[in-house]
Parts: sequence; C-alpha cells; structure tokens
Amino acid sequence: MADKMATREAYGKVLQELGAEYPNLVVLDADLSGSTKTGEFKKVFPERFFNFGIAEQNMYGAATGLALSGKIVCASTFAMFASGRAFEIIRNSIGYTHANVKVCATHAGITVGEDGASHQTFEDLALMRTIPGMTVVNPSDGASAKELLRQVVAMEGPCYVRLGRAAVPFFYDEESAKEIKLGKGNTLREGKDVTIIATGIMVSEAMKAAEELAIEGIDCRVIDMHTIKPLDEDIIIKAAKETGAILTCEEHSIIGGLGSAVAEVTATNCPCQLYMVGQRDTFGESGSPEALKAKYGMTASDIYKGVHVLMKK
Amino acid sequence: MDYKQFEELASKVRVDIIKSVFEAGSGHPGGSLSCADIMTALYFKEMNIDPENPLMEDRDRLVLSKGHACPAQYAALAERGYFPKEELKTLRKLGSRLQGHAKMGLVPGIEMSTGSLGQGFSVSVGMALANKLDNKEGRVYAILGDGELQEGIVWEAAMSASHYHLDNLCAVVDWNGLQIDGKNDDVMTVRPIEDKFRAFGFNVISINGHDFAEIFDAFDQARACKGQPTVIVASTHKGHGVSFMEDQAGWHGKAPNEEQAKQAVEELGGEW
Ligand SMILES: Cc1ncc(C[n+]2csc(CCOP(=O)(O)OP(=O)(O)O)c2C)c(N)n1
Ligand SMILES: [Mg+2]
Repeated sequence: MADKMATREAYGKVLQELGAEYPNLVVLDADLSGSTKTGEFKKVFPERFFNFGIAEQNMYGAATGLALSGKIVCASTFAMFASGRAFEIIRNSIGYTHANVKVCATHAGITVGEDGASHQTFEDLALMRTIPGMTVVNPSDGASAKELLRQVVAMEGPCYVRLGRAAVPFFYDEESAKEIKLGKGNTLREGKDVTIIATGIMVSEAMKAAEELAIEGIDCRVIDMHTIKPLDEDIIIKAAKETGAILTCEEHSIIGGLGSAVAEVTATNCPCQLYMVGQRDTFGESGSPEALKAKYGMTASDIYKGVHVLMKK
Repeated sequence: MDYKQFEELASKVRVDIIKSVFEAGSGHPGGSLSCADIMTALYFKEMNIDPENPLMEDRDRLVLSKGHACPAQYAALAERGYFPKEELKTLRKLGSRLQGHAKMGLVPGIEMSTGSLGQGFSVSVGMALANKLDNKEGRVYAILGDGELQEGIVWEAAMSASHYHLDNLCAVVDWNGLQIDGKNDDVMTVRPIEDKFRAFGFNVISINGHDFAEIFDAFDQARACKGQPTVIVASTHKGHGVSFMEDQAGWHGKAPNEEQAKQAVEELGGEW
C-alpha cells in the first residue's frame, strides 16, 4: 500500500466496489468526473453514471428525484459548488424530503491550493450541519474514507461527505478502519492533560503535534471526529471532564464547523477551556497546499502552540 | 485595415499564457488560448480604456466570466501596460497579485473576481444596468465559456439583460466545443445556441473567433444594435496556436512541462 492517498481517490475506488454490491446505486457529476473520481464508477457502470454538465443546482434536484424513485444517489462536484452553489436545493429538496442522496464533495478546504480563494471552501461543514437530518462526514485518510463511504451508502437518508484533493498519509489500515463507526468519534491516542479533537486532514497534523508535545511531557488525547453530525457528544463530554481542556482543529472556518459544534456541546454540558485551530474568518489565496496551511494556521505547529496556550490557562 | 499587428499581439499574449502557466506548474492553458484573440481585440482596440487611468469614468469594462482563463487576461493586461510583464511569472504563487482565478482590486484592469462559472455574466448585467441608470457611455463585455452556458444563472442573466434592453452589454461565447469531461455535445449539449439566445431576446452574431476582421466587425455590429443585448458566438479552438494542445480536452487544466512549453513558445514564434 502506498503511504499516502487523497480521500477522493478512495471515493473512486470504493464506488467501483459499491456499484457491484448495490444495483440501485447511481452516480452523478457536474463536469468534474476526472477530479472527483466518479469517472472510476463510470468506467465500470457507464449506464448508471449521469453527467449533468456544469449545472450543480439541477444535478442535486435531479438527484432528489432519482432518490425519491428508489435509487441510492452519490452526486459529486467540488465542495464549493455542492455546498455553496446548490445549498438551497440541498436544503429544500434533499434535506426537507430526507431523500437518500449522498452529496460527496471533493476539493474542500485550503489544500485546493493554486486555484485560490474562489475554490477554497471553509463553509461547507457549517452549512451542511444546519440542515435537519443531514449526516455530515469528514474522513481523515484513504482507509477511513473508504470505510465511512461504505457506511454512508448503507444508511438511509441524506449525507454530506467532505473529500480532499491532496494526498494525505494513512494511519488507518483496512483492519483498524473496520472499527470506525459513523457517528462515533475514534480515540487514536489516549491522554490525560488535554484533548485534541481533529477532523479530516487535520487528524494527521494533530497526531504529529501530540508526538511533539509528548516529548515535553504533555500527554494529549487525540480524537478523530470523522462525523460532524450526528456528533458524538459522549466522547466530548468525557474528554472535557477527564482532561479539562479541548483543542479543536479543522481545515474549515472556525465559525460554524467542528470547533463550534464542540463548543455547543461543552457550553451546555461541561464548560471547559477551548482553543480552535482553523481558518480564521478570512478568504484564502493561491499557493501550494503546504505553504497555505502554514500561512493560515492549520499545521501541527499551530496545534502545538494552541495546546501550550491551553496549558497556561 | 491591417490586422497583422493584432495577430502579432495575440501571439505575444499566447506566449505569455504558456510561460506563466508553465512557471506556475498549474492552470488552464486550453481555454486561455482559445479566447486570446477576442481578449486582444477587446484590450487593444474595441474597449475604451486607459491603462494610466484604470478606473476612468465611462470606461468600458470586461468581466471574464470563465474566470479560469485569467492567464489570457493577465497576459493581455500586462501587454497593454496595466502592470509589469515581469509579474506574470508570479502567477498562482503565494503572495502574488495574480491569483489562480483573478481577484478584483489586486491588479488594475480586473473588474470582477471570478472563478465560479456563470456568476460573472450576472454581474455584468448589473454593471450594464448601472451604466444605463447613470447615463454613462461605458459598455460592458462578458466572456463566457460554452460549457459555462450550462449553468442556470447564465439564462437568468440573459433573461434580465433583454428584459432591461441592455444594448450596452455584449457577451462573447468562446465556442470551443470542449469542457473538462470532454465535448459539450457529449457532456450536456447546449445547442442550438443561436436559437436559444435569440429566444432570450438577444442580437446574435456568429463568427470565427480567431479572425480579427470578423471579431471587429461583430463588435461594430454589437455597438450599432439598439434596444437589445448582443451575444457573439465565437467559434474557436481550445489550445489554439499550440499544435499538441489544439482541440484536446486534456489540456483544459494542465500545465505543460519544460519541453512542451519550449515547443509551444517556438510554435507561437516567441522566444524562450
Ligand atoms: C460553478 C462552477 N462549477 C464548476 C467549475 C469547475 N470548472 C472550471 S472550468 C470548467 C469547464 C468550463 O468549460 P467551458 O466553459 O467550456 O470553458 P473553456 O472550454 O472555455 O475553458 C469547470 C467545470 C467552476 N469553476 N464553477
Ligand atoms: Mg469550452
């Protein structure tokens, strides 16, 4: 196995498997099938693949109609155009009818890189989690993406799955990925001093930071919060009580995303010190993914610094 | 009229498209090359603009609705003197004024931040409406991709443009036949395009988008047309001017390597 894979790659691969298992699975795209990897499904099941052209709103409307007629629908485009352009259709057609549509959106966050701000989505988790009944998933690596996508297709109802452009390191393998459960945070590292709750590609940054901090004697718990909704409140409350402080990290705006979701839980159940790592209410820009992560404060070193801030409080 | 000078300018623009996308290591050469002649015609003759005074009252404005083709716009603006050509090398790099999809307010001459397809055309409708409201002379030009026409907002914009009789608005469709996933006709056909725009109340002019005589003639006709907006359907070739990129969907969003870039510049009569 290669040591890195983009979560969108995993999506393309698992779609081929799922297509064979579910004869009623159909896949839609909006002129980005090479980038989103739905083209992998098209190669094997061309009769169940539909390109809607550059017309995202219509694609999600049609996805609803297909779902209301008994199909399981995975409909893909970039996160900006899925969660953004088609938001109200996803809300009123898919959400309100609780249609079985899986909005599988790729190229989320700052790691879109050189395409720049118009394509860097920091709002999707916030938008999607406000829709009643919507399951919101943000896998952290290739192996967990495959497993979570399997569970998403197996469940009934609308889901938003956030996938990335850039290759990210694996820390699950096929075996350990089987332990992942939709709706349950996954503790990757036990610790008693502070809890780092990470989602998506920030999980690997969190693990790096935790190792650094361990050298200094700071014992971090790390949780992979791959499901933003329904959110695993128990694991958050337990972490707040046992470690007293929580750092959240996400490749997303700190307004409305994982950080806000965790704050909603702690504020009403077990107030504790919080520190949020993420995009800080600003647009992105063009640059390499790594340089942008550093500039906009979404690296292991930002997590490391954040933990030190929490420890001083 | 002698069109040779425009052809030479367009070749320079094309050379800079190749060089800047090569330097960036990513970007969209295909759709930049296909609209390079239209872009050259607009910036070097058709539009009433002043690089020394980019915010001049009553200036004409261009909105590149197919925002991914900004390397063509940057190259034309630099050639026209809006900013130093040297800066083209910074395309898509961290801290550059030349964003991967153009951002308004960074370099002079960019009238609107685009990148999300369809929206630029809608914005150009608002600009044209404002010019009417303020009795301003300025005309508004919007360049759209043929794949972009699949977006619903394009037709909402078209409807409003003719409803408000925006004869100061001229859309140009870069009809290169290709989008990302292949031919428009295979992905989601937008034909019959002339009839569609006509049904939406437009004055429709079809031309060869690589022929300056036809391009200038179309702009003249657009200016002469009163009471309705104009769309110029410009037949083009994606990747025009570079043999191995021509009519290839694969060159939509891919940078050439050094060897390819050198060959492309050579074919365009430029210097590496
Ligand atoms: C709303 C939106 N959806 C999808 C994209 C991704 N995208 C960028 S370019 C492109 C294809 C454009 O094709 P066309 O309009 O024909 O442009 P051209 O051939 O002139 O390059 C797509 C789908 C986008 N930028 N905006
Ligand atoms: Mg095209």
